[in-house]
Amino acid sequence: MIPDRIEREIRIAASIERVWTALTEAKHLGTWFGDAGATIDLRPGGAITLTWEKNGTARGRVERVEPPTVFSFRWIRGDHEEPEPGNHTLVEFTLTPDGSGTVLRMVESGIRGLEMAEAGLREYARGHEHGWTSELGELRAYVEGRDE
Amino acid sequence: MTPRLRPGGQRAPDDAIVAMADPTRWRLLNLMAAHGEETATTLAAQLPVSRPAVAKHLSILSRAGLVSGHRSGREVRYHVRPERLEEAAQWISRLASEWDTRLAAIKRIAESLEDS
Repeated sequence: MIPDRIEREIRIAASIERVWTALTEAKHLGTWFGDAGATIDLRPGGAITLTWEKNGTARGRVERVEPPTVFSFRWIRGDHEEPEPGNHTLVEFTLTPDGSGTVLRMVESGIRGLEMAEAGLREYARGHEHGWTSELGELRAYVEGRDE
Repeated sequence: MTPRLRPGGQRAPDDAIVAMADPTRWRLLNLMAAHGEETATTLAAQLPVSRPAVAKHLSILSRAGLVSGHRSGREVRYHVRPERLEEAAQWISRLASEWDTRLAAIKRIAESLEDS
């Protein structure tokens, strides 16, 4: 099965406040996520824009902001402006102090829904409109043999 | 009638991922992978799914390029095309490795902030 989530954990030799800053400040977000800048309105419901030199701009919507331990946002794919079912994933960061450093945990979830929506449902919908049924019937006849 | 079991052609891996995301199709793929070749009849006998339903799932897998079929007597025998499975697996691991890159960048930024 296609995994619905990606989970990653990394230890960083920096205080939790520094990691929080690297994660959430626009000038840093624009280098580790996009490569040509970012904007962020750091409050629940706030807008995020992520810009790539080659791929244009993607949008996000801040979900949780609990400094310095929890930051999450909905990453909207394609040209959509607002998160709707099937057009985004949820990216969640959890920060935990670990001695003089910080453990940063990332979970991106909703991947299966995203792919189903973007790739599949469009294809299925088009199929339904343009004779998916007859095409299926044709294939079934082929599969089952003409003499059945 | 022209069979629609196109053996080649360029398709986005998206098709394969969508095709595999369905639990029944995933089981069909596993049965074909385990046994080499199967027909709609032999597959339907191994699952609580009707033969027409199996045929429909096979058509989706075939359109996604994940299986190929060839006629053998009155039946069509299907086998898995591993190269397409591999492509889909690579897509997933690419998503995951993009996160490795991003997290490494966050680490670099945070650790250089500490030094400044």
